Amino acid sequence: MSVEYGLTLTLLAFMLLAAWALARSDDLLAAVMLAGIISLASAAVFTVMDAVDVAFTEAAVGAGVATLLSVRALGVLGERRAAGRARVGLPFLVVLVCGGLLLYGTADLPAYGDPAAPAMQHVAPHYLARGGVETGVPNIVTAVLASYRGFDTFGELVVIFTAGLGVLTLLAGSGVSGARSEVDAGDRDIIVRQVVKWLVPFVLLFALYVQFHGDYGPGGGFQAGVIFAAGMVLYALTFGLPRLERVLPPSRLRLLAATGVWLYGGVGVACLLRGGAFLDYAVLAEDAVDGQHLGILLVELGVGLTVFSVMVLIYRAFTRQRHGGVE
Amino acid sequence: MSAVVDGLAWAAIGLGVFVCFSGAFGLLRFPDFYSRLHAAGVTDTLGAGLVLLGLMLQAGWSLAAAKLALILLFAWVSGPTASHVLARAARHDGLEPWTGAEGRRR
Amino acid sequence: MNGVAHAWLIVALMMSGLYIVMASAHLFKKLIGLSVFQVSVFMLYISLGVVEGAAPPIVEPGVDAYSNPLPHVLILTAIVVGIATMALALALLVRIRRAYGTLDEAALAAKDEDA
Repeated sequence: MSVEYGLTLTLLAFMLLAAWALARSDDLLAAVMLAGIISLASAAVFTVMDAVDVAFTEAAVGAGVATLLSVRALGVLGERRAAGRARVGLPFLVVLVCGGLLLYGTADLPAYGDPAAPAMQHVAPHYLARGGVETGVPNIVTAVLASYRGFDTFGELVVIFTAGLGVLTLLAGSGVSGARSEVDAGDRDIIVRQVVKWLVPFVLLFALYVQFHGDYGPGGGFQAGVIFAAGMVLYALTFGLPRLERVLPPSRLRLLAATGVWLYGGVGVACLLRGGAFLDYAVLAEDAVDGQHLGILLVELGVGLTVFSVMVLIYRAFTRQRHGGVE
Repeated sequence: MSAVVDGLAWAAIGLGVFVCFSGAFGLLRFPDFYSRLHAAGVTDTLGAGLVLLGLMLQAGWSLAAAKLALILLFAWVSGPTASHVLARAARHDGLEPWTGAEGRRR
Repeated sequence: MNGVAHAWLIVALMMSGLYIVMASAHLFKKLIGLSVFQVSVFMLYISLGVVEGAAPPIVEPGVDAYSNPLPHVLILTAIVVGIATMALALALLVRIRRAYGTLDEAALAAKDEDA
């Protein structure tokens, strides 16, 4: 057994313990924190499994933004405990049968790290051998995400945009009007204010690095958007929502969210107009590889814009809710 | 890499792991929230610091070492701030520090 | 030789998520269970793309074994889509709590029957 495999198994065992504690506890805040711990541990598992881009995303999204949003939502809901009577019998039976079938299925899985596994036989070798040459992008994850599977990513970006619209629609009109809640005012503590003031520029700079260096190293629009949003949310947490809104008015955020989707689709249409297929970036420049690289850069920028503005808009929508869950 | 630097690197990593372990031990064994926070705080300053120092020694003068130094810098700024915020939030919530007067409590 | 023990642990984690979704009466807790389920699916997917001793899929001269980039791409986007849909679910919970005053499954069903 290799060291990596042992590490993976240990981390998975930790996560299982956390999940057990999660199932037993009826404190909802503890449940959110345990889910965050599971998420962070899974980011470590992804790193061990060489999925650096995924680890990055999971750490920023699962352990960061998801935990924050859940805590915010808990505050709005005004619920602390899951006090209702839990069923035990039927769920346990279903889990037993379902888990048994899945365990039976694992017998046919290839061994961990098997280079001859079926997943390595189809398109992956082509991506790895030709991806860097065909797109000019050494990070194959970025190349596949933005170019080879550009249609998928476009669809997913639209899903994120639509989900953001859904949140805004559901939470519209029930926000705080006039008087701001105390949560809105931010944190008056001088240590927190000074540290955050110093830290936020670096977070934003790092997000830009992740955005534009995603072609050459781990990163890309999804991660950069979330990290940029995290920087802005940190600013809003410390200095209050009004200060953030002075920098980024909600109307501008909504415009940015749409601009990202529009940019992605626009690159596709530009390809059509230049005589190629939708999202076939090769026609964007004289040289096919330059065109690919340019297209990838632009659509990743569109992804980053939409993800960033949707995340900040969602945070803002939850923060503006009246606390306690009463009408 | 010379054997001395390698030895120093492993010594730093080993010590860092020990500090992290003792931090986790303290988190489970200390009597109240504030002292447990103290144990946890050691993990991400001294513990992570020593591990990162060891990794920097192993990386030598390279871009990786510079990145590790940056991680160390940000961990040292954000970790204590997080501890401070936690302690303040607990105080704000009315949690009294344990003084040993009324025996052990959680 | 590595086996499929990782898959057993992932299945166990997945089932704990499913158990939380089914057993808990509170809608918020169900949502948390769903996110645990989601994380375990992600890990199962990524584990299929691992190649022993290979480098992350960022092409560098002199390296000839990389892990499979395809699962990474699929899961990377799924994670961000996951948080967006989770936010949507949380927003729905806020509306349900406003309309019914509870998030308990049984209480919700009882109120629906009264209406």
